[in-house]
Amino acid sequence: MHELSLAGGILRVLEQTRARDPFERVTHLRLEAGALSGVELHALRFALEAIAPGTCLEHATIDIDEPAATAWCLPCSQSVDIRSRLDPCPLCGGFQLQATSGTELRVMELQVI
Amino acid sequence: MCVVCGCSNPGATPSDPNVAVHPTTGDLHFGAGTARVSVPGMSQARAIKLETDVLGANNEVASQNRAHFASHDVTAYNLVSSPGSGKTTLLCATIEALKKRHPDMAVAVIEGDQQTSFDADRIRATGAPAIQVNTGKGCHLDAPMVAEAFSRLDLHAAHHPTHEEPHHAHAHEHEHEHEHEHEHEHEHEHEHEHEHEHEHEHEHEHSHDHFHAQGHDHVHPDEHGHSHDTDHVHSHDHPHAEPTILFIENVGNLVCPAMWDLGEAAKVAILSVTEGEDKPLKYPDMFAAAKLMILNKIDLLPHVSFDVARCKEFARRVNPGIEILELSATTGEGMGAWLDWLLADDHDRHATDALHARIAQLEAELAQAKAQITLQPAKA
Repeated sequence: MHELSLAGGILRVLEQTRARDPFERVTHLRLEAGALSGVELHALRFALEAIAPGTCLEHATIDIDEPAATAWCLPCSQSVDIRSRLDPCPLCGGFQLQATSGTELRVMELQVI
Repeated sequence: MCVVCGCSNPGATPSDPNVAVHPTTGDLHFGAGTARVSVPGMSQARAIKLETDVLGANNEVASQNRAHFASHDVTAYNLVSSPGSGKTTLLCATIEALKKRHPDMAVAVIEGDQQTSFDADRIRATGAPAIQVNTGKGCHLDAPMVAEAFSRLDLHAAHHPTHEEPHHAHAHEHEHEHEHEHEHEHEHEHEHEHEHEHEHEHEHEHSHDHFHAQGHDHVHPDEHGHSHDTDHVHSHDHPHAEPTILFIENVGNLVCPAMWDLGEAAKVAILSVTEGEDKPLKYPDMFAAAKLMILNKIDLLPHVSFDVARCKEFARRVNPGIEILELSATTGEGMGAWLDWLLADDHDRHATDALHARIAQLEAELAQAKAQITLQPAKA
């Protein structure tokens, strides 16, 4: 249930943005949860809905992109896309993979009024 | 009506959708948008691009912790596992073993649990300073919790006089001053017709205030930046600044703590042989985040069906660079290697060694392949 903490973190990012660049409320929020970010999307949506009332996030629509992660395959010496830490290299089938991206949860863009 | 632009047509639709036009008089109301304010050149509905990492605030505090630990010569380890893997027993045994091997070395513990101080009490019984952090509903420790706990540890107090409080007071003063300034301006406008002298006085006060406020502004970040520098000097000058090992025992949970950096030198995942050997695959994020996996309770191996080799293979599948130690906190078997690992100062070394070995191997294969290619035409 760390998604509730993450939802709180998202709200903090929004409030900080509002302090810098005033707006009334967020109408649309676009997030990006990398495939290895460890974020359960349903739980995150639930948490955001739970904390939204009374905040600038109330009534906002939310999109969450889930881009593939990239990893460096040692035997292939090249970067490959993976969806989970259990995936083998799509080229050689090996597991000597070192994740290089896809671990972040980011607030990408807001539509505000 | 002008045919070019539609001017003098009171019913024309304005170019800015946020402007309301009165249907009969043609009066324009610019504050009709949702934001109720008109900003030239900017539509009220707008997009803000951010690309901000949600864990950025935590990671910032984590790097402050890291700097703070370094300035106190503290090496911090974040111990993570599922509940019941024997973390606290291992910690107590480790503290006793470290005391024997290095009587001068300081050891401290930050204990994370949802409730109770049972674990911190067990640690304190060994003589090591411990702070219990109850996360309440939280499922993990975060960097601010560790910062707060670290500032309350005994070893920390010894190096530090309390100095944090004034910072807040300043911020408040600053705000108040702003309010005052406003008031002055207001009065100023109303009393416009009064004598000039008065006005002068006002202005004087005003600029004085301003200077004051600016002064605060400067002091504020400066103070913050300096606090670390003084820490540095302080700990270097301090004769008691001996190397310290800080164990942060995270909440028993193999999911959430993987995502939160606390400022540690390494995460250590503890897995007991009474659990499933497939846990590294079931909870890959945690084993991918850990530098070391400890297989604990190996004294029980004869009684359980735990395939050590399979478990290691699974762990390396999610994290090719992970180091693995087998030990029993109860019998003491394997404790020596664990202490060696804790006292090694550079934990990146092993991973780098593994990479160098791999590079050397690949270069050898490449050379072999090249040799074969050059040999083939000769055969033909």
